[in-house]
Amino acid sequence: MKEFLIGRLNLEALPHEWFTIGGTAAFFAMALLAVTVITRMKRWKWLWNEWFTSVDPKKIGIMYFLVSGFMLLRGGLDALMMWLQQSLSSGSSHGYLSANHYQQIFTAHGNIMVFFVAMGFVFGLINYIVPLQIGARDLASPFLNTLGFWLFVAGVIMINTFFVFGGQYAATGWLAVAPLSGTQFSPGVGVDYWIWSLQISGIGTTLGAINFIMTILKMRAPGMSLRKMPLFTWGSLCSMVMAVTVFPLLTMTLFLMFFDRYFGAHFFTTTLGGNAMMYTNLIWMWGHPEVYILMLPSFGVFSEIVSTFSRKATASYWTNVGGMTGVSAFALSVWLHHFFTMGSSADVNAFFGLMTMIIAIPTSVLFFNWIATMYKGKIKFDTPMLWFLGFVALFAVGGMAGVMMAVPPIDFQLHNSLFLVAHFHTMVVGGVLFGIFAGLSYWFPKIAGFRLNERIGKYAFWCWTVGFIMAFTPLYILGFMGATRRLDHYDASTGFRPFFIMALLGGIVIMAGVLLQIVQIIASVMQRRRLADPTGDPWGGRTLEWAVPSTPPSYNFTIIPEVTSRDAFLEMKKQGLPTKKVFEDIHMPRNTSSGIYISGFAYLLGFGFVWHIVWLIILGVLGILTCLIKRTFNEDTEFTITAAEVEDMEEKRIKKAHASRAGKDLGTDEDMGLKEFIIIVIKWALDIVKNKRWKKW
Amino acid sequence: MAKPKHKLGMGKTVGLILAGLVCFVLVNAALLHGTNLALFSPQGYIAGEEHRLMLYTVFILLDIGIPTLILFYFVAWKYRETNKKAEHTPNESSGKSLVFLTWAIPFAIMGLLAAVMWPATHRLAPRQALISDVKPMTIEVIAMRWKWLFIYPEQNIAAVNFVQIPTDTPVQFVLTADETPMSSFWIPKLGGQLYAMTGHQNLLNLMATSPGDYPGRTAEINGSGFAGMTFTARASTTDDFNSWVQDTRLASDVLDSSTYNKLLKPSENMPSTVYARTDPNLYNNLLVKYSGTHGGHAETATE
Ligand code: HEM
Ligand SMILES: [Cu+2]
Repeated sequence: MKEFLIGRLNLEALPHEWFTIGGTAAFFAMALLAVTVITRMKRWKWLWNEWFTSVDPKKIGIMYFLVSGFMLLRGGLDALMMWLQQSLSSGSSHGYLSANHYQQIFTAHGNIMVFFVAMGFVFGLINYIVPLQIGARDLASPFLNTLGFWLFVAGVIMINTFFVFGGQYAATGWLAVAPLSGTQFSPGVGVDYWIWSLQISGIGTTLGAINFIMTILKMRAPGMSLRKMPLFTWGSLCSMVMAVTVFPLLTMTLFLMFFDRYFGAHFFTTTLGGNAMMYTNLIWMWGHPEVYILMLPSFGVFSEIVSTFSRKATASYWTNVGGMTGVSAFALSVWLHHFFTMGSSADVNAFFGLMTMIIAIPTSVLFFNWIATMYKGKIKFDTPMLWFLGFVALFAVGGMAGVMMAVPPIDFQLHNSLFLVAHFHTMVVGGVLFGIFAGLSYWFPKIAGFRLNERIGKYAFWCWTVGFIMAFTPLYILGFMGATRRLDHYDASTGFRPFFIMALLGGIVIMAGVLLQIVQIIASVMQRRRLADPTGDPWGGRTLEWAVPSTPPSYNFTIIPEVTSRDAFLEMKKQGLPTKKVFEDIHMPRNTSSGIYISGFAYLLGFGFVWHIVWLIILGVLGILTCLIKRTFNEDTEFTITAAEVEDMEEKRIKKAHASRAGKDLGTDEDMGLKEFIIIVIKWALDIVKNKRWKKW
Repeated sequence: MAKPKHKLGMGKTVGLILAGLVCFVLVNAALLHGTNLALFSPQGYIAGEEHRLMLYTVFILLDIGIPTLILFYFVAWKYRETNKKAEHTPNESSGKSLVFLTWAIPFAIMGLLAAVMWPATHRLAPRQALISDVKPMTIEVIAMRWKWLFIYPEQNIAAVNFVQIPTDTPVQFVLTADETPMSSFWIPKLGGQLYAMTGHQNLLNLMATSPGDYPGRTAEINGSGFAGMTFTARASTTDDFNSWVQDTRLASDVLDSSTYNKLLKPSENMPSTVYARTDPNLYNNLLVKYSGTHGGHAETATE
């Protein structure tokens, strides 16, 4: 009976170590805070109707940003904890973490950063920007999109649930290599949390990607042929096509692993015909394309930014598109470079080394094309461009490190070393994350209606870049010293320690960068009137997203634009923007809560599997099926806004925009600096204390 | 939108940053002083070749990488908005020759690298026996949780977390694992790593060129004892090696199946131990134990 009710859950699963207690306390404190604030402000209904059930990709995009931003802090904390351990744990000192705990942290760090930070931001940008860029009012399948988002959220919650129940996450590295991840070597629930967190969010990714491929292929404004499509949309299309190709592979691999762990199958075990090498192959067949899935949207962002801030058309559009499609075309043919050291024959290794060099060609081509775009341009160095300039140096270094490891005999020495760790962080941070930050600061005026504080933004950029160099140069050096990755302790004679301390210092500088980004957003909100973007086109944009007001109405375009050239909006500006407004009936999708319910049941299903709670599993499956079937019978999924209503809404929107710009801003400078920000915050705090304002709450 | 009134002096910022970076490089250089960059001080034939190959590749890459970066930042700086002298042609797209160059340069570089990589990969394949006048030696290596067991079939001795080899003698390490997740056998100063996997046999050929103690370890994560799964590889002259073998034959411990089963139990940070004799069937028993497993032994061993 107990077995049936709570499966393998027991009292020991509840938090009893400092980090699980801390995690649980933080988890509940934050939940409590959020609930109180929302309840006091009577915002539940609004949240549910306007946000949670929304199918507006712009709102879903913003929700992605919020979740991913939050996870960035969580993953960043993990990073600092690891470097602290490595700085301490030399020789007779063993630091403050046990080996197992340390291994859980780097596993969680990797999973969170890849799946819930980078992927989330990428999907957020695609959600917000792609429909605007292609002149669409909504998506091909708004339902798949919300479902994808909420499955992503379920994955986020799943990966953090281990704090509360079970107290352990996988200690296997972010890809849970077999046979280490089998029940023989990892008997606890850690790997099960890993499986279900990735499984649920991964299915969400597949669904979201299907929707965006359809949207990009089918919903472009009239006249926008593929050869006129903006480059960010191209990058996103390449990325989503790769995602649809390889995520099912991940899903299947996870299922095989699940069979091994639950039903005692022997796909990847050491005995009875299991083949762990198969797992390594399968997971990297997904894993390598995955890094490019993250990278390509950023390539797209940079291509847009270079062109906008150089005020010059992309030097060679087809080279740019060719570079991006080239990368995705070859993405599935290089996976073996992640395990040259497994003992394949020289021919096999050399072949995959060759393919890796081939895939580096379209990547480098993009660089030369960006240089050509800047050539004879007129370059402005606003923050988006700064991120780009920083990206180039880092990415060049990381790319060269990558090509070095594409030579198998060199890789024998660098594989699994901290050199490898430095390589991929240079790519993922300097490439993917810088691309995301560039994109966010570029499109922020569109999203929020006011641009970001440039001054503090520049501080943040420099902290990130300098911190990154400080943190990862020592890792390249450590790699040369023969330091392997994932060490929770090392001998004093190795001489690794000073370098780990340097890395920790660099990590702290990066954290300062993150803090500055938060300050930047707060400071910008304080000065939102002064920083407002009344035109909708703050940078002199070239593509359609700048044709709509900032922030765009839910239907994006009152009239779907007719596209005649590549830089569609630039062309429109040249022709003269229409002054007379015309309105038409607009069909929009209805909000739906099915996505939330399905994801809720998916979470229960996953939780049931983690703890072997049969009734939860059954409930989860039935719940998902019921919701899906109910949704398919729902034919009332659209509604019409009549032309008159649109006109009315436009008027209201303009009035509201005017009103929001009226009034006075804090601060004296155009873009307030740090000093002024701190003074304002201190004054505000003093004011609260002096005038006993908290009593009002 | 109004321009920010308060403009950061671009030149000053960049100057500061550059100064900071110089300091940083100096600090790293100071730290490096006296430390041992294992990969840059190879003590074995394979490690030496890999080191050479690495330098070669880096030079090719930097040959193109540094000029490209310089060009990039030069162009960005030259065509800055505030430079009134620079030409500005907003709508001109690049000519055919530029596009050609864009593709040709990466092709050329990667072609060059591939031409280096392909033969080197064959020449330095781990299973490739080393050519030498000296008779090669075989050492069986078994990864266990969390220790390395070395068996010398010809000398009939064994050791845990310690391996001694004669210099200038090709040594073939026969790698496998028992009841242990994938591990990776790595002695940075002697040469690159190779996985040790249950039910599978990998061959790693190395040759030490100068005597010394070289740290080795598992490079692949394999459980909670991962960090402590280290060993010392001692390279010595053939004479020293032979006398070590003689000494070891007098050791009090022997590696029979009961010792082996004790070793098989997970343990961490085990001190190095030597064994006077080994049960000659130990290794074959392992083959039988995993014989049902895919990718069995005979496959690689025969190559
Ligand atoms: C010029 C293009 C690139 C080349 C030639 C390249 C090459 C490589 C090679 C050979 C490895 C395996 C090394 C080893 O395990 O021993 C590797 C690992 C990795 N690369 Fe790259 N790479 C490139 C671009 C990228 C990009 C764009 C990203 C991410 C956005 C990336 C992320 C990674 C990650 C995450 C790993 C290792 C993951 C792990 O082992 O846990 N790489 N790369
Ligand atoms: Cu890869």
